[in-house]
Amino acid sequence: MTRVNTSKFSLIVLAVGVLVMAFAHWFNVDYLFFASYTILQFIVLATAWNILGGYCGYVNFGSAAFFAMGAYSSVFMHKFFEEALPVPLLIVIGGIVSGIVGLGMGYLTLRLRGSFFAIATLALSVVLATLVVNWDYVGGSRGAYIIRPETIEIAGVTINYIEYLFGLMLLLAMIALITARTVERSQLGFGFATIRDDEMAAEASGVPTLKLKLIATTMSGAFMGMAGAPFPYYIGYLQPQSAFGLEYAVNSIAMPMIGGTTSWIGPLVGAILLGSAQQYATVTISSAVNLLIVGLMLVAFVIIAPNGIVGLVQERLRAWRKP
Amino acid sequence: MAISLDLLLNAIVAGVLLGAFYAAVTAGISIAFGMLDIVNIAHPAFVILGSYLAYYININFGVDPILVSILMLPFFYLLGNAVYQVYYLSFEKRGQEALRGLAFFFGLLFVTEVSLILVFGVDYRYVEATYIGPSLRIGFVDFPLRMLVPCLAALALFAAIQLFITRTFTGRAIMAVSQDQLALQLMAADPIRIKRIAFGISIATCAVAGALLIIIQPVEPSVGREYIGRVFAICVLGGLGSMPGTLIAAMLLGIVESLTATFYGPSWAPAVAFGLLLLTLAFRPAGLLGR
Amino acid sequence: MTALLHVDNISKHFGGFVALDGVDLSVEPGERLGLIGPNGSGKSTLVNCICGTLQNESGSVRFEGQPMDGLAAHQRTHRGLSRSFQLPRPFHSMSLADNLRIPLLYTVHARKGPLRSAGDLDGRCHELLEMVGLANKSRQLPRDLTQVEMRKLELARAVAAEPKLLIADESMAGLSHSEIEDILALLVRLNERGITVILIEHIMSAVMSFSQRLAVLVSGKKIADGKPEDVVRNPEVVRAYLGQ
Repeated sequence: MTRVNTSKFSLIVLAVGVLVMAFAHWFNVDYLFFASYTILQFIVLATAWNILGGYCGYVNFGSAAFFAMGAYSSVFMHKFFEEALPVPLLIVIGGIVSGIVGLGMGYLTLRLRGSFFAIATLALSVVLATLVVNWDYVGGSRGAYIIRPETIEIAGVTINYIEYLFGLMLLLAMIALITARTVERSQLGFGFATIRDDEMAAEASGVPTLKLKLIATTMSGAFMGMAGAPFPYYIGYLQPQSAFGLEYAVNSIAMPMIGGTTSWIGPLVGAILLGSAQQYATVTISSAVNLLIVGLMLVAFVIIAPNGIVGLVQERLRAWRKP
Repeated sequence: MAISLDLLLNAIVAGVLLGAFYAAVTAGISIAFGMLDIVNIAHPAFVILGSYLAYYININFGVDPILVSILMLPFFYLLGNAVYQVYYLSFEKRGQEALRGLAFFFGLLFVTEVSLILVFGVDYRYVEATYIGPSLRIGFVDFPLRMLVPCLAALALFAAIQLFITRTFTGRAIMAVSQDQLALQLMAADPIRIKRIAFGISIATCAVAGALLIIIQPVEPSVGREYIGRVFAICVLGGLGSMPGTLIAAMLLGIVESLTATFYGPSWAPAVAFGLLLLTLAFRPAGLLGR
Repeated sequence: MTALLHVDNISKHFGGFVALDGVDLSVEPGERLGLIGPNGSGKSTLVNCICGTLQNESGSVRFEGQPMDGLAAHQRTHRGLSRSFQLPRPFHSMSLADNLRIPLLYTVHARKGPLRSAGDLDGRCHELLEMVGLANKSRQLPRDLTQVEMRKLELARAVAAEPKLLIADESMAGLSHSEIEDILALLVRLNERGITVILIEHIMSAVMSFSQRLAVLVSGKKIADGKPEDVVRNPEVVRAYLGQ
């Protein structure tokens, strides 16, 4: 077991983040920003999914809905104030909106059998998509244009807007990872693990399982919403089909499952691997084949390697140390 | 607001016809989720697979889609057997159905849908049969045959399942497996075998439901997603695993959706099922007929 | 003197099956009560209703004079009611020490405020493991344990919550004679420290030597309650339970 405390870990994450930012700034290729933004966005989504799915054992199929709630709350704000609000503020708003949706979903379904929550989240995407399609204010089925400024000035320095969005998503990914790791090692994380292992025994040991599950759904939903909030600015033209796209739902499950669900590092590994593979594959092969591969990998991993890549590596290390 | 009587009556009749079809789509889920406690969220994807097979054979060989679905029953049954075997060995046996089992079915849903997109594309497909155009008219109420025929076929399927479950040894063993594994062992039946058979039947119903779906409406690969909310809403509302309850709940959803579509516009219909599902979960988790 | 636990006329149905039918039960502070009954007589259902794992449909449960009805299981644990499960339910992904850490973190801390440092916590986990003879396995996972060790862990976890009332649900099934002696001695020690104990057990010799009072449940009804020697001679008990 590594003995790295939270503040040290945060410093390491910060250092890596600064390095990545500096490298990207020096390289300064727009395509690279676009591609890495997507990967970072998946790191946030996968980490958020894992807080509920990996730590508590509750499956959320509606990641796309939470993501879209964040994206559409930004569109709403944009229309409502008729000007671009600062994106960091929109990220906070998106987080609050999706967090509340997560809390509500949890409250309605988590007192029942575990699978009801999964089913309800699955239906949530369909219904929220229906609502958005019928809601002309945010563009309805036609979608909404958000004109992205070319550049932005921060502390007297003018940078490309895409670099700005990339930086924000990088920061969000760092926050998500630090949060996930801190939770994992706290009393809260221990409580989450008892829910995953045995809820009845958890209650008997004094763990307030419903409260903890609600904390997890809220946290997980909030991070997904935050990942979605800058999306309209990134894409420029937001349609219900793109915001509620199946690739968000499937990737945010597949990435932690393939990486490994028991610790913060699994979703990170899964998101980087699958995310970059997809960035590469979308250029070379069709996006449908691409998603088929993700689906097949998900099925293969849950059957063959239940603990993901991280689990495989740990087993290897153990086998290598022992003899 | 004055609601014209014939509009209302037509909407209700259309709802009943639609409801019977929903019951056919849900029958398999009532077995898998209601009785075996297997959350097969890929069920609607198998239904769509059934639709495409009916389409393919209908267009190329001119066979009636319902007949195709009956010919397909054994293959879907075997497919169900195989899926259950993998599910059992990989998840149920290891006690991992909650997280990985669900992810497995989600993966299956996804793989099926994307494979259909790759083979058939995203265009809407439809079948040809003599009963798809015409309509029966009694008074001012319309009975479109493309709805009436699936309704009758669905009721026949439903009756067959109900008879099988209540009148045969295997059927009763399936009911027993949902209530008490121990009782089943006392009956000298192997619960895994019984569950494999039951899951096979559950997937077999997808062949029929799929054929009925493509008679009712043109189909593209992602249509199945609209049915996920519906089938689980019906299954929960009907009281998990109760066949009569499922039929009543399906009719109810059909009528409510049809009224919504008539008076508020069809784009709102998909939200009805979810609203109903959430209300049920919040207020009557044991279902309509539950205690 | 008010009873520590007062169960008043509680009933529980599962569908058409009546699991508990108007059961009354009173336990005085510091008492050692044995609860027996044939399989399916409703013992575990009673425990589940007392501990809040199941909610009884009618009747009420009072603990230290306070009504417990409607409280969730964890709230009852916080008030000082702790139980072990008949089939051990360890937290599979955690080491034995961490299994015991959960009630310490969530119940003992919640009750007294975070008094303990990390070192105190480790020490307490070790003490508890030592108490049941599992100290040398503190870093292992529950799947490495034998059934017997699993039962000991289950009991240790219930004790870790520092209860006022401990309900041990068949902690001794499958144990050897000397192991039963160990567990009984442990329960008596806990009782001497002021913990009230309800022992649910099939092994009559253990129940008889442990209990100061014995209650018998048959088909969801309490048919006898009194001194162990008297209860086992009660003709109704003999007919329903001890006899053929």
